[in-house]
Amino acid sequence: MPKILRPLDVYKYLPQTNCGECGESSCMAFAAKLIERQVSVEKCTPLSEPKYGKKLKALLEVLRSPVKEVTIGIPPNAITIGGKDVMYRHELTWRHPTALMIDVHDEMEEEELIKRVKFVNDFSFIRIGRELKLDGIAVRCVSDDSKKFSTAVSTVLKHTQLPLVLCSYNPTVLEEALTIAGDKKPLIYAANKQNWKEMAELSSKYKCPLVVSAPGDLSLLKSLTVSIKKYYNLDDFVLDPGTFVDGGTILDTISMFSVLRYAAIEGEDSDVGYPLLGVPAAVWSLFDGNDDEKRLMESIVASSLMSRYADILILHSIDVWPILPVIVWRDCVYTDPRVPPSVKPGLYEIGKPNEMSPLLVTANFALTYYIVKDDVERNKIDAWLVVVDTEGTSVQSAVAGKKLTAENIYETMVSSGAMEKVQHKTVIIPGYAARLSGELEDLLKDWRVFVGPRDSADIKQFLEKIWKQEVFGEKQ
Amino acid sequence: MKEEKKEENEKIVIDLLKLLSETDNVELEDVTIDAEEFAIEIVPAAAPGRPELFKLSLEPVMPGATGKIEFLVEASPQGLRVLGVPPVTPAAPAPPKVVELLSIPFKYPQLPYTSKIAEVQLGATKSEGGSRGVTYKLGGYSTPPMFLFQETSINRPLFALDVFDMRPTLAGPVKRSYADVLEDPVAWAKKCIETYKADLVSVHLVSTDPGIKDTPPSEARRTVEDVLQAIDEPIIVGGSGNPEKDIDIFREIAKATEGEKLVFASITLDMDIPKAVEPLVKHGQNAIALAFMDINQAKELSRKILEAGLPKNQLILDPTTGALGYGIEYSFSVMERIRLAALMGEEILQVPMSCAATNAWAAREAWMKVEEWGPRELRGPLWEATTAIVCMLAGADLFMMMHPLAMKIAKTFAEALQKVRKPLSEIPYEKWVEAKY
Ligand code: SF4
Repeated sequence: MPKILRPLDVYKYLPQTNCGECGESSCMAFAAKLIERQVSVEKCTPLSEPKYGKKLKALLEVLRSPVKEVTIGIPPNAITIGGKDVMYRHELTWRHPTALMIDVHDEMEEEELIKRVKFVNDFSFIRIGRELKLDGIAVRCVSDDSKKFSTAVSTVLKHTQLPLVLCSYNPTVLEEALTIAGDKKPLIYAANKQNWKEMAELSSKYKCPLVVSAPGDLSLLKSLTVSIKKYYNLDDFVLDPGTFVDGGTILDTISMFSVLRYAAIEGEDSDVGYPLLGVPAAVWSLFDGNDDEKRLMESIVASSLMSRYADILILHSIDVWPILPVIVWRDCVYTDPRVPPSVKPGLYEIGKPNEMSPLLVTANFALTYYIVKDDVERNKIDAWLVVVDTEGTSVQSAVAGKKLTAENIYETMVSSGAMEKVQHKTVIIPGYAARLSGELEDLLKDWRVFVGPRDSADIKQFLEKIWKQEVFGEKQ
Repeated sequence: MKEEKKEENEKIVIDLLKLLSETDNVELEDVTIDAEEFAIEIVPAAAPGRPELFKLSLEPVMPGATGKIEFLVEASPQGLRVLGVPPVTPAAPAPPKVVELLSIPFKYPQLPYTSKIAEVQLGATKSEGGSRGVTYKLGGYSTPPMFLFQETSINRPLFALDVFDMRPTLAGPVKRSYADVLEDPVAWAKKCIETYKADLVSVHLVSTDPGIKDTPPSEARRTVEDVLQAIDEPIIVGGSGNPEKDIDIFREIAKATEGEKLVFASITLDMDIPKAVEPLVKHGQNAIALAFMDINQAKELSRKILEAGLPKNQLILDPTTGALGYGIEYSFSVMERIRLAALMGEEILQVPMSCAATNAWAAREAWMKVEEWGPRELRGPLWEATTAIVCMLAGADLFMMMHPLAMKIAKTFAEALQKVRKPLSEIPYEKWVEAKY
């Protein structure tokens, strides 16, 4: 069963002095936030006093998720992955969004390598006021040459502060790279059946998290993890069950990820209670097809594995179009499923509207609102915007689900005072709400209802070519 | 920590160590100098092969303070000497005692699901009372989709491409695929099946909307009959979304295609449900129930339809698909909740689910020309395919899609369910590390 904690379960390990250092009014209040994963243990500074050493240890143990949190890199650019408490996001918001790493290798031209690193540094996509970014670089050793690999790693280090994954099955190659990058706490890829002792020693010596890899063999994966844990006293693992993609084996991959996660959370098998690594980049070495087919496949593999429990992904393509759906899906799937992102219904002013300005209607889904607002602002249009309560759903969905109706548009227009704001007695509804226009006209009596464009990107053209002509045509 | 404090700190350390060296029994663990707010850690054998060397590190314990100073200290008969900063190579870990790979089998977890999703048949052959050359089975699963993948003899998800009975407004990349058939639903349907290899088509009778053309039921029926004549596959008959008119349309077509086991979309809560369901029951047709991203609404709708007499194996539930980036996560979670509840025993939810992945085209990321986002001829189909596959992983079984490439990607994914696949041990996955690409 997923671990559901009560405040008392953690309260007993707090200092219980209600000193308020954590910013909460009492230890109990802090306990409540701890179990909701809204605060981290470090906020209770008294706990770091030596006399609380035992309590702190016990507290961390109680708070440990069935999928352990593992940190890669160093502050301020460290990323934490894993920390999953539930199988399904409707049970509790998933935390620690899947980390997206882009690969480079040691036989790339330096120029190409730097270009790729810079692409990762600079990648940014803004959505609902949130900036979506990539997380780090995976450096692959293609040459099997320690010198070459170290050179590539130091070039990467010169150009980015982001966390790294160092990829080679050769411990000698990795050791040399770790002497220059070890203090940056990269993720080491990977310990397998052949090299696990040497890799475990490296992980222990440099205190870096370690990928345990056993492609297609979950028993071997578990055996390796348990052995390394036992003999080397390590606990910062990331598991790699293999990302198979060709001939439909992507389904086997998804199945392995799901079964591992199910075992960790529902089956309480702590031996596999670690973050999962997926390698959509494997498409480039395993999958037959041209480059665009590989990009499509890589993107689909990434989105599917993210839906089904991957905590970190290594990708190859640095084209924006295959990354876009992955990064947007990540932003969606890691939100709180209980609260639709919405804005307050009512009348909004964009720019400086007056009684001659257009009156637009939209839904109160946050994304819809921001997009409309952006488009109107970008085109330097002064407008009134009536935002109808569609329970946080987009126009298209809201029309289908009867959450955007002629009645509630009318009611919002009346209650928000929108009708007194304009003289032209016209209102523009979204293209997707076209079928509401007749009914709305009946309700509004002597008003005229315009069906605007489906996408607000076309609003300027619509206003100039149609609305202005029809409403003010004679006057101009 | 500030540089100028370093000297002062060194002095403290040396003094402290002198003091310690004169004592017989010293506990060095967890020593804290409260006044200075530093923790001291003394690690023996800081350098390999030099047991007389100690590493001493000063770490501030004050909240917010950062920085750590390390000294190398030599213990000799003359006293203690600070040698400076130790070499960066960390100490090698103590060699483990036994190092042999343990063999611990991974036990596949027992899944708790007790129930099964109904199996719906789409299309009927002549001997079954219809006229279809091709028929399909949908559903019949007893685990959630991601665990299904280990089985091979199961029904795979099905894919329908959209056809409209009048020229629709389509996104650029979609329009291009159908440019020659936009005015002709029959040719359009043939193209979907023959050229693009759709499993079936979804004929949207949008022109029947009283607010659009108000096409009468008899004319809509003729369109459907013509399409059925032209192709061998079953079809989905899509109404206009008008709750009154759709009932008339469904009644007319259900009767005329008696026994064909077509799919009628959609029945919604604002319809007179008994009236909408009656002809479907009478003429042996399937229905899609459209609920709005809400599990309770889905239950209510399903219950009403089943109570009106439609057998469970003639019902498909559509919980509404939001486009990727525009509410898809709600669809994902509602579908997942419906499927899990069904498998745990919630009878009225034990039906296949459908997904209108076409909604993906409402997202501007799919269709808009923006140079830095890359070619929309690929970006758009990928957006639609991702929308479909994400929903497939949550439990959707029947897909309504628009772009042929998007459908091809999603269909290939689903077809693998029925394929005999290579054993994973024969696939050189490890190559991804050292391959040049
Ligand atoms: S800082 Fe710690 S001890 Fe103080 S009130 Fe918060 S939880 Fe309690």
